[in-house]
Amino acid sequence: MITKEIEFTVNGQLITLDVDIRKSLLDVLREEGLTSIKQGCGVGECGACTALIDDIPMDTCMYLAVWADGKDIRTSEGESRDGQVSKVQQAYIDAGAVQCGYCTPGFIMTSTAFVEKYKGQKVDRDLIRKEHSGNLCRCTGYETIVCAVESCLKD
Amino acid sequence: MFDIKSYEKADTVKQAIELLSANPDAKLIAGGTDVLIRLREGHEEFSSIIDIHHLEEIKGVEMQDNMDVRIGAGMCFTDVIESEIIDQTIPIVAEASGTVGGPQVRNVATIGGNLCNGAISADSVASLCVLDATLEIEGIDGAREVPVTEFYLGPGKIVLTHTEILKSIYIKAENYMGFGTHYYKYAMRNAMDIATIGCAAAIKVDEGKVETLKLAFTVAAPKPTRATTAEQFSVGLDATSENIEKIAKKALEDLNPRDSWRASKDFRLHIIETLAKRVITAAIIDAGVQL
Ligand SMILES: Cc1cc2nc3c(=O)[nH]c(=O)nc-3n(C[C@H](O)[C@H](O)[C@H](O)COP(=O)(O)OP(=O)(O)OC[C@H]3O[C@@H](n4cnc5c(N)ncnc54)[C@H](O)[C@@H]3O)c2cc1C
Ligand code: FES
Ligand code: FES
Repeated sequence: MITKEIEFTVNGQLITLDVDIRKSLLDVLREEGLTSIKQGCGVGECGACTALIDDIPMDTCMYLAVWADGKDIRTSEGESRDGQVSKVQQAYIDAGAVQCGYCTPGFIMTSTAFVEKYKGQKVDRDLIRKEHSGNLCRCTGYETIVCAVESCLKD
Repeated sequence: MFDIKSYEKADTVKQAIELLSANPDAKLIAGGTDVLIRLREGHEEFSSIIDIHHLEEIKGVEMQDNMDVRIGAGMCFTDVIESEIIDQTIPIVAEASGTVGGPQVRNVATIGGNLCNGAISADSVASLCVLDATLEIEGIDGAREVPVTEFYLGPGKIVLTHTEILKSIYIKAENYMGFGTHYYKYAMRNAMDIATIGCAAAIKVDEGKVETLKLAFTVAAPKPTRATTAEQFSVGLDATSENIEKIAKKALEDLNPRDSWRASKDFRLHIIETLAKRVITAAIIDAGVQL
């Protein structure tokens, strides 16, 4: 087994690991207990494994764990603080954008990056859809998700 | 877990070449959006990898003193799309890059990897063909430059030898200045789908007449192809809708699309002609000419 020492932060916490070079970042994050990272397709199609790496949404299923060295990683767990869900998470609840929930943590991270990038700018629904096209949802039909994102951009 | 048997990280181009030269089975990995998927599918030929993911030497976009543009092969599509230099000089490359996969794919997939995987559907290729881009390559036997139009040998086959790495893509000022351009990807879905046919055009119009037309297609033949018969036919023609129809018909003479489960040959021929019309028209309008 080939291993490599890497150091990265996850949700503000510094982690040092001697990681098996064969692992994806998805494998490592789930082993660290961050099970909001879901494996749907495992091949970059569905976005259920989305995390923010240096604030950019990435599919962790096709991202080598060794690439995380020196990076700042955010998952849906870290968006809730002191028992308080984030604004994006609350918007998903309020809009009824969560059904089975499997896709939700990945969507939350894509939306979080989107809202941080476009806050205060004029954004149409097409752009919201386009920037979420790397996340699939089998349940909601997307309409409520678009509404949730829209509501976060308002104030 | 990916079935990776050997892993080396290269910190310079020189080191990557030496590592390739030392291991005849090794493959480079940049963004990994092809390599890791192949590994996931159990393709053993990718089990020895040389990591150029972080290689700074092949990143960046620059405008040179002579106004030529250099794009580092290691640039991910999102960085290509957001580059101001590209937006101001060769926006067709950003346009084409925006049609790749979804946001998460574009955030990591590189333009160099897109060319080097040899896929006939690669979305960046048609735009680079109509810009007559030059590829800067280096290997154990030295450096060379290859026009992008000569880079492909057939489906999945490119001119790179085992130790060669694609460093940069160059676009000469004379090949973008004064041109109107457009790229259109025809796919079954609007996002997250590979092209059924891709079409790019660059056109220069002088006093209402076509001075130069460059027209390229992907998935329309065993490799990305310039429709040279149509290009030559177009020179000197009035830039009118009627003539665009004639040029589009000519384009079929240069192409030979395949039959596949994605689309039949007849359907692809129909799309080629329709796209040629649409893309040439959009490029003419982009050049500032009223039709
Ligand atoms: C979900 C999904 C959707 C996709 N959608 C599209 C799409 O719409 N359009 C499209 O065109 N592609 C698409 N792709 C394919 C892929 O993302 C692109 O081809 C991408 O540009 C490959 O770049 P990479 O850096 O990830 O390549 P890698 O996987 O790192 O490498 C690809 C190949 O190129 C070689 N290579 C990489 N860099 C170099 C270099 N500098 N010099 C020499 N060889 C090199 C590698 O050895 C390997 O053989 C998609 C992939 C996925 C997973
Ligand atoms: S599990 Fe990563 S994109 Fe589907
Ligand atoms: S809520 Fe079930 S997949 Fe999206």
